Amino acid sequence: MALKYELQEVEVWDGNYAASHALRQAQVDVVAAYPITPSTPVVENYGQFVADGYVDGEFVMVESEHAAMSGCVGAAASGGRVATATSSQGFALMVEVLYQASGMRLPIVLNLVNRALASPLNVRGDHSDMYLGRDAGWIMLDSFNAQETYDLNLCAFRIGEHRDVRLPVMVNQDGFITSHTAQNVRPLSDEDAYKFVGVYEPIDELLDFAKPVTYGAQTEEDWHFEHKARQHKALIDSRPVIENIFVEFEKLTGRKYNRVESYMMEDAEVAIVALGSTVESARVVAKYLRDNEGIKAGIVAPRVIRPFPFDAIRTALENCKAIGAMDRSAPGGALGMLFNEVSAAVYTTSSRPIVTNYIYGLGGRDLTLEQIKDIYRELKKNADAGEITTKIQQFVGLRGPKLEFFETRRG
Amino acid sequence: MAITSTKNLKEFSTANDRFEGAHLLCPGCAHSMIVRELMNCTDDNLVIATNTGCLEVSTAVYPYTSWDTSWIHIGFENAATAAAGAEAMYKARKRKGTLKNPDAPVKFVAFGGDGSTYDIGFQWLSGAVERGHDFTYICLDNENYANTGGQRSSSTPIGANTTTAPAGRVSYGKKENKKDMMAIMAANGAHYVAQVAPNKWKNMAQAFQKALATEGPCYINAISACTTEWKFDSKDTIHVSDLATDSLVFPLYEIIDGHELNITYRPKNVIPVRDYLAAQGRFRHLFKPENEHVIEEWQKRVDANWERLQRREEARV
Repeated sequence: MALKYELQEVEVWDGNYAASHALRQAQVDVVAAYPITPSTPVVENYGQFVADGYVDGEFVMVESEHAAMSGCVGAAASGGRVATATSSQGFALMVEVLYQASGMRLPIVLNLVNRALASPLNVRGDHSDMYLGRDAGWIMLDSFNAQETYDLNLCAFRIGEHRDVRLPVMVNQDGFITSHTAQNVRPLSDEDAYKFVGVYEPIDELLDFAKPVTYGAQTEEDWHFEHKARQHKALIDSRPVIENIFVEFEKLTGRKYNRVESYMMEDAEVAIVALGSTVESARVVAKYLRDNEGIKAGIVAPRVIRPFPFDAIRTALENCKAIGAMDRSAPGGALGMLFNEVSAAVYTTSSRPIVTNYIYGLGGRDLTLEQIKDIYRELKKNADAGEITTKIQQFVGLRGPKLEFFETRRG
Repeated sequence: MAITSTKNLKEFSTANDRFEGAHLLCPGCAHSMIVRELMNCTDDNLVIATNTGCLEVSTAVYPYTSWDTSWIHIGFENAATAAAGAEAMYKARKRKGTLKNPDAPVKFVAFGGDGSTYDIGFQWLSGAVERGHDFTYICLDNENYANTGGQRSSSTPIGANTTTAPAGRVSYGKKENKKDMMAIMAANGAHYVAQVAPNKWKNMAQAFQKALATEGPCYINAISACTTEWKFDSKDTIHVSDLATDSLVFPLYEIIDGHELNITYRPKNVIPVRDYLAAQGRFRHLFKPENEHVIEEWQKRVDANWERLQRREEARV
């Protein structure tokens, strides 16, 4: 039996510590993990909780991130609650097994503390690792601060383990900005948290010998398509389940989450679409611009990155005129992911707002409030002109000559 | 060690099979003999993890499965870690009282070919053994990547003709010696290590039983003669296996706790290495005059190794 951990009404936690406490409160059975900056403290703290008797699970420190996710798959198939954490290169190393975890429909919770991908080697936060995993068949949640990291971890177990979902879930947080910045966090008591997450219900487990199961079978052109299609359907169909769990969580805590978060969008003319802690910076700027420059600025942020909220993001953006899609990942010879996906969504509206793409913050480069102001001002110019007045893709905060690509043919 | 008795041939042939015969392995493949014997030598519940390879692709093609027990395959390299994860979950759930059948004895076994054991899964195996998980890893060692059509692995012996270390006008095939996984696993901290062969099936069953009864990580190197890539007639699998063990190319021995070495089979008549090589198409080119030196050197190596094993056995260190 695990010991109860006495918590204050308000704790001062960083994102990593918040995630560790959520894993502890969910009474995870197995954590198989490998350390990497900036996610290391998630599993270090968890290991200390195990050592101090605050959680009664197995803590397996393996020899690589690939093995971490492999161990998680073996453990999850054996009928218990499983979680881990990683970042960047470690995430890249476990990508092979991410696909296998989702293909086997195993509800593992992975804390992905976002960090740039080498080369050049960089330990700071950007969203390259998050983007690398976006087709892996996982549900992907995004937190913008430590409180949300905590809350979404609790929700992640509920979502992934739900009988109609049965999929692994990633909880993203920004490396260092969220993971290492101490903030006020209001935790649930151990009892309330566990009651919300619930007792794990094993399904098709390797340890039920009355009903042997085969995990990880082979399918070729005769069945592979059907399996992958059903997996996609399970992801798309998880939308109402996610919403219901968010509603339940709101009833318990008063904190409301949505598949797409919208701020000041009721009358917004221009909107920034962003992920992670940038959302909070943009909120400060939008309010300032509304008060001081009369720009009707708003923010739209996917809380759920996968399944991509094609429907909800379209609804959120339909009535604005100009959108800046902010991608914090090297686009690798294309437009940014958010630009592409947001454009596709709003293209199916009758208003078809103008969308431009801003690449920023790679390798932990700061995005200043002044830069965000300039982006909103550009968006305002686009809105007034009814067309894109800049290049479609621009790099923000880059040293040297301005880097920008592609011109509009709409007009 | 609580060793249950080994079934005799009649009991073996009529036992309830947890590995169904309707699989897709080649006729004459030794893999299925080894797997069936593992599953026949214990009545305990088994959780089996299998690396990608011949065994995996031939036994779990949806919507069929040959496994009448719990079975998981993740990737080419990580069966040891899958078994380790399952074992960790078993321990956690046993402690918490959430197992459906908490008193049923359970054993964790991982299978891999030599490609996944000696090469791509080496790190995963080493890590799982170092961490001391209670499981048995069985390498089905057919000395090549048979599933992908016969490429060299670090288990392939010197002189073998493979598609990626081909013999030709100026090459006698693979230039490097086979990696010594027995020594590596003993040094890695495996509590029990054994080399077995399906032709010596009682010897093999005893080694399996010892491994399953040993707490902690165990490693078994099972020689699996490959009719397709070693190039012998599919009816000759046991004959070729006999040549392997009786020529001492594959000596059968065990190492307990990293130091106590016991030779478990001593051939009455040791046959020349060249007789073993001559039975297989993969070594045909070695019998050309310009390649004869490879056979001579091989015989010397086998003699020296047999001497080394006997010395180790006497020394008990």
